[in-house]
Amino acid sequence: MELLMAIVIGILFMCATYLMLSKSMLRIIIGTGLLSHGAHLLILTMGGLKGGSVPLLSDETASYVDPLPQALILTAIVISFGVTSFLLVLAYRSYQELGTDDMEEMRGTETNE
Amino acid sequence: MNNLTFLPVLWPLFTGILLIFIAKRIKLQRWVSLFSSLIGIVLSMYLVFSVHSQGILTLGVGSWEAPFGIVIVADMLASLLVLTTNIIGLAILLYSFHSIGIERERHYYYPVFQFLLIGVNGAFLTGDLFNLFVFFEVMLMASYVLLVLGGTKIQLRESLKYIIVNVLSSSFFVIMVAYLYSVLGTLNMAQISQRIAEVNQPAILSVIAIGFLIVFGLKGAIFPLFQWLPGSYYAPPIPVMALFGALLTKVGIYSIFRTYTLMFYHDQGYTHTFLAWLALLTILIGVIGAIAYWDIKKIIIYNIIIAVGVIIFGISVMNEQALSGSILYLIHDMLIKAALFLLIGIMIKLCGSDDLRQMGGLIKQYPALAWTFFIAAISLAGIPPFSGFAGKLLILQGAGESGNFLGMAIVLLSSLMVLYSVMKIFMYGFWGTPKAGYRSAAVPVNKMLIPAVILVAISVLFGVATEFMYPFISQAVETLLNPDIYIKAVLKE
Repeated sequence: MELLMAIVIGILFMCATYLMLSKSMLRIIIGTGLLSHGAHLLILTMGGLKGGSVPLLSDETASYVDPLPQALILTAIVISFGVTSFLLVLAYRSYQELGTDDMEEMRGTETNE
Repeated sequence: MNNLTFLPVLWPLFTGILLIFIAKRIKLQRWVSLFSSLIGIVLSMYLVFSVHSQGILTLGVGSWEAPFGIVIVADMLASLLVLTTNIIGLAILLYSFHSIGIERERHYYYPVFQFLLIGVNGAFLTGDLFNLFVFFEVMLMASYVLLVLGGTKIQLRESLKYIIVNVLSSSFFVIMVAYLYSVLGTLNMAQISQRIAEVNQPAILSVIAIGFLIVFGLKGAIFPLFQWLPGSYYAPPIPVMALFGALLTKVGIYSIFRTYTLMFYHDQGYTHTFLAWLALLTILIGVIGAIAYWDIKKIIIYNIIIAVGVIIFGISVMNEQALSGSILYLIHDMLIKAALFLLIGIMIKLCGSDDLRQMGGLIKQYPALAWTFFIAAISLAGIPPFSGFAGKLLILQGAGESGNFLGMAIVLLSSLMVLYSVMKIFMYGFWGTPKAGYRSAAVPVNKMLIPAVILVAISVLFGVATEFMYPFISQAVETLLNPDIYIKAVLKE
């Protein structure tokens, strides 16, 4: 199971890298989204998958899964959700203002105007 | 267990929330922010003196004892940096009153300013690696808003790049935390340090150390990862630029301090040598930028990169002198960079241009501005008795002791180049014939000069009274060199 997850995470990172290297604003944003998905899955996998039952104290269960990675992922998801939505609004606003979504045309020139 | 430890984070949070509710009443917002900043300084001074008398203070948030809950740790380094942050915050706030503009003030400039302080203070004070990530994000979110506030073309364009770079580095941060957690099974910095010491840092941990260096290096703008900085810092108005230049990169440097002295200090032949080379290359790149440009904003921005290199070089040497030098230089650099940004802000407002070739002769009409700039400039270059001197001297002594003469030579030469770059501003901006048409009526020079003078005065005091400051610095260095002190204070063993 961990091996499968590792491959999935690898594919996610690969797609993210490909998208982030493109020129179009929207593709880059989708790329950052995929990258953070990959990172979150990585935390989950790194904590160990399905090693026991739910982490509630009871007499029957001998081993529990580690709850901490899930708490971490929850925090990280909320943060990346907020940042992505801000980024989308900003991208739309700059598309209106600059008239382009091509990163090549958003270079700073020598005078930086 | 001491609630004071967390107050420098909570106080701006309450202020920020209050300010959101009074967003349309600008006068009131100014007074509330000013009052809150003054209280913030008092709180952080109290924190510094408490840490000085009682040793490291900790707070287990929600009464969860370390290592099970998030722990807030105020050691000397963190509390000194919190104090410096608050002083800089006050100065930039005073400057903002006269320069940020009514439209930005109406659109939540002051609340976001407070949120930035939460992030910075929190990042300094936290003792939990994932919590550090959260405070980084708080700080970054506020910085995104400050960077884009106003919505001019250049701001929108540079904000996009800045945010994308930082989203990438945040993902790296999460990935590195995941790896570290899978290897060590903990996120509490003290416990991480303890467990690394038990296994004596095998290769996988050195790899993770370099991974963290990528994350913090992106924030702190070290050599191959600095390219975003000159563009992004160029875009926002001067007070925001000063805030970023003085605080944001320094949080990255602080994190390198923490990780490389507390956790990953066992394999110095690999990690710290790597750090040293990156630091020296950073200095070289910064110097090239600082002497190449005619644009005064660019010159000062590249000076940030030089300072980052010098401080990181001090960390990489990792002995008592070099570390105390690095801490002294870090505090000096935060104060003096903020002051320089504020001063060039006045120059740009007066001349209506940031190109040095369009300036000249300011000293005739504005001698106070000129001499304040002169003092700030020579302290930046590290001329005794000003504040940059002691830090650089100690870094050089430390490097000499460990036999890194190439590093010594580069740091020394970089000081000369720094001096050249700021003297260029002084000579072309203040000497020569006055250009016609300063916009003096539109610029309240004296009011804008006050915060810069406060910062320069503090930095001069800091330089002259280094002897008085030294007990504090040496306490900070003692903790950095003996991670056991930190571990004992946090885990209470």
